Amino acid sequence: MSAVARAPRARTDGGSSWWVYAAVAAFALLVAGIFLSAFLNSIASSWFGGWLPDGYTMRWYRFALAEFNLGYVLWVTVVVGVSVTVLSLILGVPAAYVLARHAFPGRAPLLLLLVLPMLVPPITYGIPLAAMLYAAHLGGSLAGVIVVNIVPALPFAVLIMTPFFEQIDPNLERAARTLGAGPVQVFRRVLLPIALPGVLAAGLLILVRAIALFELTFLVSGARSQTLVVALYYTAFAAGNRPAQAIDAMAVVYMVTGLVVLLAALRFINPVNMVIRVRQ
Amino acid sequence: MQRAAGARVGPGTAPRARRGGLRWGPLVPIAPALLVVLVLFVYPFAYGLALSLHPIGALARGGMLANYAAFFGTPWERASIWNTLRLAVPVSALDLALALPLAYRLRRPLPGQRLITALLVIPMTLGTVLLAEGMIEFFGPAGWANKALLALHLVRMPVQFVHNYTGVFISLAIADFPAVFLVLLGYASGVDPRLEQAARTLGAGWWARLRRVTLPLLAPGIAAAAALSFVATFSVFPSAVLVGEPAGSTRVIALAAWQAAYEQFDYPRASAIAMVMAAIELVFVALVLAARNRAYRGPTIGGRG
Repeated sequence: MSAVARAPRARTDGGSSWWVYAAVAAFALLVAGIFLSAFLNSIASSWFGGWLPDGYTMRWYRFALAEFNLGYVLWVTVVVGVSVTVLSLILGVPAAYVLARHAFPGRAPLLLLLVLPMLVPPITYGIPLAAMLYAAHLGGSLAGVIVVNIVPALPFAVLIMTPFFEQIDPNLERAARTLGAGPVQVFRRVLLPIALPGVLAAGLLILVRAIALFELTFLVSGARSQTLVVALYYTAFAAGNRPAQAIDAMAVVYMVTGLVVLLAALRFINPVNMVIRVRQ
Repeated sequence: MQRAAGARVGPGTAPRARRGGLRWGPLVPIAPALLVVLVLFVYPFAYGLALSLHPIGALARGGMLANYAAFFGTPWERASIWNTLRLAVPVSALDLALALPLAYRLRRPLPGQRLITALLVIPMTLGTVLLAEGMIEFFGPAGWANKALLALHLVRMPVQFVHNYTGVFISLAIADFPAVFLVLLGYASGVDPRLEQAARTLGAGWWARLRRVTLPLLAPGIAAAAALSFVATFSVFPSAVLVGEPAGSTRVIALAAWQAAYEQFDYPRASAIAMVMAAIELVFVALVLAARNRAYRGPTIGGRG
């Protein structure tokens, strides 16, 4: 396959792509250096001055599990991540479908309104939103954290799913309608099964983002509703009385959580399709 | 009533045939999403704007704009805008400049493509805190970076990379890169390669092709990536605290807003700072979109779908 594909390119290209490998290697080396520094420190019994730690231990993971209530924090993170993803999909799938299928007056301003939350920093609406939630006695609660996280997740869901629906042949829906299916039936029995892979992929991406989103959770969460990022920030911020290795251990747990979801997403979708391109 | 009826009208009815007016039926599915955006985004935003115009405490007698006057009138507060811009703009520019050639080359197959893409995207999962903690160790006085520099005799004393502007810059550049790259990759793979081949056939050199064909076609992607990257870097907060100098050169505007709200409990003043932030952000996005419209308007042919 590659021989056939490459022959014409070699001629037109002038050839070398060594710089791609060099650039990626440099970037990967920097990131790996940073990650390994934290990772090795998290399993180091002590590390003074040498290239490698003086010895290894799992003590800091046990410490983090006990001291930082890691199990509970992970549970909160999963609950928030999954709830935000499911709710954004339920709200976003129908909206994305309409935007993909119907040209109507006011479509452009409507789309702008729906994606606007992605274009302004979360802290700008997060502060008044947090004030509102505290007034409604939702501040600090798990429900409050889920509610605020939907704000940036929903536009993201709409943006990445609109192209999926655009790729589905409208004739399938017309055929179903000719055969007497109502709109809800068409959606449930025809569209959804075809769009399901796309919807699942979108869900994984929303989950990756929801796990990583910091500002809004930070503004709204209380002691019992912190997600991993926020708990981690508080721990790192108040670093003075905690061993750095234990913070690193927690950070590694955080990264592995995100990495598993991202790798799952990369397995299902070509990264090219992970982005936003909406017909204008 | 009318809506439900409209939606249920089946096959035989041509779109918008009845009453010559708009058919609202198809728009019903969008309503819940719209409602959420209105209640959880537009309303809080308006609420914040109103709140910012009602100063409390010492500023209460200063009139409606006292919060804004206090922000712009205090050099320490005002400086947070500059502290943020001098991070957000160069970091976004650097990431765009690095991601653009990579995304453009990777739109065509290359041995090891999947691995390369994965390596470029994975830093997304690092998270600010791991990145910050790792950087403090990696770039610290006894970290690998300084060890390597000393071993190679490039420096005599360990260089200070973290707890200053440089630390936040590096952290942001790494954290922001995957998203910029992904957006550009999506757009680059939507540009029809035959357009460039045509330019080549017509005798255009690589510089002419780049300037007259490739870059204009990628303009929407560059604009989208620049806007998203600026939003992310302009609202920087955790890394400015963890690897920066939050009481000095990296006291960014998001931190100023947070301190007003959660350290001084002055929500109106915090809202005013948040509004200033949003205004700067939207001005930047508008500038980017204007520049993009100057660059090129039209189809890139085909696209993906």
